[in-house]
Amino acid sequence: MTGYWGVARAIMGREFLRFVHQRERFLAALVRPLIWLLVFAAGFRAALGLSIIPPYQTYITYETYIVPGLCAMVLLFNGMQSSLSLVYDREMGSMRLLLTSPFPRWWLLFCRLLGATLISVLQVYAFLGIAALFDITMPLWGYVAVLPGLVLGGLMLGALGLVLSSFITQLENFAGVMNFVIFPMFFLSSALYPLWKMAESSELLHDICAFNPFTHVVELIRFLLYLQINWSALAWVLGSTAVLAALAIRAYDPSRALMKRKG
Amino acid sequence: MAELEVRDLRFRYGAKQALDGVSFVRPEGSFCALLGPNGAGKSTLVSLLTRLLVAPEGEIAIAGHDLARAPRRALADLGVVFQQPTLDLNLTVRQNMRYFAALHGLPRRGLDARIDAALDRLDMAERAQERVSALNGGHRRRMELARALLHKPRVLLLDEPTVGLDAAARAAIVGHVHDLADEGLCVLWTTHLTDEVRNDDHLLVLHEGRLLADGVTRDICGQTPLLDWFLDRTGAAA
Repeated sequence: MTGYWGVARAIMGREFLRFVHQRERFLAALVRPLIWLLVFAAGFRAALGLSIIPPYQTYITYETYIVPGLCAMVLLFNGMQSSLSLVYDREMGSMRLLLTSPFPRWWLLFCRLLGATLISVLQVYAFLGIAALFDITMPLWGYVAVLPGLVLGGLMLGALGLVLSSFITQLENFAGVMNFVIFPMFFLSSALYPLWKMAESSELLHDICAFNPFTHVVELIRFLLYLQINWSALAWVLGSTAVLAALAIRAYDPSRALMKRKG
Repeated sequence: MAELEVRDLRFRYGAKQALDGVSFVRPEGSFCALLGPNGAGKSTLVSLLTRLLVAPEGEIAIAGHDLARAPRRALADLGVVFQQPTLDLNLTVRQNMRYFAALHGLPRRGLDARIDAALDRLDMAERAQERVSALNGGHRRRMELARALLHKPRVLLLDEPTVGLDAAARAAIVGHVHDLADEGLCVLWTTHLTDEVRNDDHLLVLHEGRLLADGVTRDICGQTPLLDWFLDRTGAAA
């Protein structure tokens, strides 16, 4: 239908311009995973021994192991950042402008989500580029193969951000998101340690990690970087994206009560 | 012909009845002030008219299109100036206008000429390349008004548009919008300030979720000044 693409371009263009205007945000998004990679991983490489597990076919350094997790971390932080900017938009009123467009609400939200995701993906590639400068590299074609995984993971975490933004009434509440969403999601996943290691210390923790959709984003990215597909991770991420997107659309439905006090 | 039709609109937040059976009809080429004290239900009505909320009971038709059954067509004929500013301060006036145009599905061909014409009408043409953050409050409001008219709506809704403006900017925007009504637009202007309402304007008075009055201002208050009439009926500070 005419205009749909124009709306998508405008919303994504606005996200991009906003991003360009916030250079600090770009730096923060790069510095965070780099600190993990260059400081944390260097310190822990001796403590954490890794065995050969798929998709790796040889012994790898700990730095190499955590790269996919850090890519997913960039997506996670950006998803939450975009949720924060949605709350900001609602407080500032520009959300009203978006939601009174005659185009269907699901399309408006999807474009917003896609815009934020593409910005995340750019940041992931910038991170991978810097990691390569430090000699932490992946197979060349892995950098291409990972793209759909990054987009899908970004959409899933962005949809989570959308759902959260409908519950957060004020910007001040965002600290709670850090404590109760970002940190548990990141630490209870396979981003920093393989799941079998987790199982050694606690079966329960292992099960929580295996249930955490973020783990599957990490594994999807890890396998794609080595030109393999982890089908169960893909199914998990697809399923989680569908559920979260449905919840987000429901949360922003004008006939539902959620927006009543806040919209 | 009725451009804006509201029939038996009811809405509640939990136990609180925000709107209780509101009905009115406005034709084209008319300026209608919707006056009400704080908490009267004006914001709820605006949210319902712009489909930020959907009412379980009652009907709204904009330019003949039912908002519940044909929201896309109805919203395409509605221009809105919200009480809160809805501008991207980091972008230029033109970039803000383009963003809005895309949200309304306007074709890109001839868009810049259309934007120039809309800005020119409000004496804002020379500001097109400026960042919105550099504009003063009055100019920002005028820009929002120009933007709300960009897609040539048939109904214009303004929600307390003069909040935070100085006297001169207020007078200018009230004058502009009256001119638009004279040219054929159906205007609904919500306010809690009686001095923004002219004697020959159509007036709706909303109080505690119900319409207290629906008619021409001078017929409603007779010889009594509107402010006195309003305070007397609503018992609230205007």
